Amino acid sequence: MWDYSEKVKEHFFQPRNAGTLDDANGVGDVGSISCGDALRLMIKVDPATDTILDARFQTFGCGSAIASSSALTEIVKGKTLDEALKVTNQDIADYLDGLPPEKMHCSVMGREALQAAVANYRGEEWSDDHEEGQLICKCFAVDAVMIEETIRANNLSTVQEVTNYTKAGGGCSSCHEGIEEILVKVLAERGESFKPGALPEAAPSGMTNLQRIKKIEAVLESIRPQLKRDGGDIELLDVDGKTIYVAMTGACAGCQMEALTLQGIQQKLMEELKEFIKIVPTKAGALSRASCQP
Amino acid sequence: MEGIYFDNNATTRVDEKVVEAMLPYFTEQFGNPSSMHSFGNKVGLAIKKARMQVQELLGAEHDSEIIFTSCGTESDSTAILSALRAQPERKEVITTVVEHPAVLTLCAWLEKEGYKVHYLKVDGKGRVDMDEYKKLLTDQTAIVSVMWANNETGTFFPVVQMAELAHAAGAMFHTDAVQAVGKVPIDLKSTKIDMLSLSGHKLHAPKGVGVLYLKRGTRFRPLLRGGHQERGRRAGTENTASIVGLGQAAEMAMEAMAFENSEVKRLRDKLEAGILAKVPRAFVTGNPDDRLPNTCNIAFEFIEGEAILLLLNKFGIAASSGSACTSGSLEPSHVMRAMGIPYTAAHGTVRFSLSRYNTEAEVDRVIAVVPEIIAQLRKLSPYWDGDGPKADAFAPTYA
Repeated sequence: MWDYSEKVKEHFFQPRNAGTLDDANGVGDVGSISCGDALRLMIKVDPATDTILDARFQTFGCGSAIASSSALTEIVKGKTLDEALKVTNQDIADYLDGLPPEKMHCSVMGREALQAAVANYRGEEWSDDHEEGQLICKCFAVDAVMIEETIRANNLSTVQEVTNYTKAGGGCSSCHEGIEEILVKVLAERGESFKPGALPEAAPSGMTNLQRIKKIEAVLESIRPQLKRDGGDIELLDVDGKTIYVAMTGACAGCQMEALTLQGIQQKLMEELKEFIKIVPTKAGALSRASCQP
Repeated sequence: MEGIYFDNNATTRVDEKVVEAMLPYFTEQFGNPSSMHSFGNKVGLAIKKARMQVQELLGAEHDSEIIFTSCGTESDSTAILSALRAQPERKEVITTVVEHPAVLTLCAWLEKEGYKVHYLKVDGKGRVDMDEYKKLLTDQTAIVSVMWANNETGTFFPVVQMAELAHAAGAMFHTDAVQAVGKVPIDLKSTKIDMLSLSGHKLHAPKGVGVLYLKRGTRFRPLLRGGHQERGRRAGTENTASIVGLGQAAEMAMEAMAFENSEVKRLRDKLEAGILAKVPRAFVTGNPDDRLPNTCNIAFEFIEGEAILLLLNKFGIAASSGSACTSGSLEPSHVMRAMGIPYTAAHGTVRFSLSRYNTEAEVDRVIAVVPEIIAQLRKLSPYWDGDGPKADAFAPTYA
């Protein structure tokens, strides 16, 4: 059973503004019967002030679809059209004290119905840019389309990378197979095959560990004069896969700008190494602990 | 728990006599049946008794044909994977599009592993085409896996006849009978069925125990390897209390078989007729003439199933739905889609599944409540207008 908030239940059991609005001058019909959600939003707009005087809905859908429709009508009543168009699906979900990730599309449908109804009132054509894929990662609500586009845009090739970019797969791990399937498909498009064992650690430049460490040292060396000018320094402690442990010393240690400085160094390292790395500030003595933990 | 439970195809309440039979096996009779002392020996005897009780319910020829497992899904996986491993020269599987995910998800994975899986289509009443089936059976078919009765509609499949055809082609035959066992008489010794899965919690035994029936002489490869339990065919220390419970439940199911097919069926029919008489634009899915005596699946057009369930739940009535929204997927039930039920109806299917614990008063109450709920939701539906569907069809974008 879905874990609906009290607010969702309340708006489902006692929907506000349900039914038809006979003197509506803007109507938006959205949804997909194959997905089991369809919504007609009717609004009555005062032409003098561009204000939504009344709003009603009819919805074919589940509990959260009906609750989202009810919430939507409550939110937009009294708003001007421009104000109403600023309502996001997150606003609808927030109004209901949240929706389960699988049900966020119900709030998206609400926002789209609103856009469609306003366009209908203004005599404009409305076409949705709606593209929603199958929900892959339920922990972070990431769908297949999002994952596919991210893989393409960033040339990703491992599940770990997909997790780093989209969060998908970073929770319970149950969607790793699903992410792999998408990787297989997209990699095939660019003529590559998916290697399940491929570790993101493998340096894309094909450098050996020693070469990599020397490169990192060189980058730090090039930054050192700037740090020394401010009375500080940086020391490379260890490299563990994608994690680079450093110690900030001298005036750099505890400096308020430390985080910003490290971010800059991390960026520079990524550019030089042509791979994603994470820079972790560590105290010099803590090194053995940091690198030996399994 | 107060309320009307009409979701017995999902799971059933454990009979009190079953609980009573089980209790000693948690405390006094805690021994490991493999042990060489009387603590273990007594438990071993109790398992032997349970095995014979299940043998009786299934009409199996030998008690050694009964292998205790952890659930229906484990039995299904064991059966299908065993058939493929035991016959490496055969690379094909035949099943139906309306199987339970326990079989379908496994088959989808087998396809990725390089096996060929044929899915038999069904007609509007959920029936397979036997001519299509005969054409697909070849010397490449390792196993045919077809459910005895569909979990959503209750529709029966001609598994006895299909098993004979499979044997004629040299293939093994498995049936997922979790919905059928205990509700309809089964006599495996007179059939060519090689393997059958059953699940304890569908027949008033606890969750976490199932059975794989394996006809004597069938080539077999275990799924779990380890100790010698279940003659090495399913390693792992026996779930003794649950196995004893399943034995007791099997014996009680034998006794209640006639009741299931007379009284439970009468209540089901009354419920169905009562709802259909009062709700327009509603119809029964599956094959009304050949189905489980306890199951009734009704499609309510132009409204959505999860919304129906939430309102039913408010009245203390438990049922289930084939709508997309109850599962979190974007598609309605694969069973409804396979039967060609249109989307406007498929999303609004509700399954009522009864048991011998339901009463006439409960049926009357549900008949009284359902029409109100349906009318309330149709008032909200953009597809509905007054007493019937809208004359000008509602056609939303990206439909």
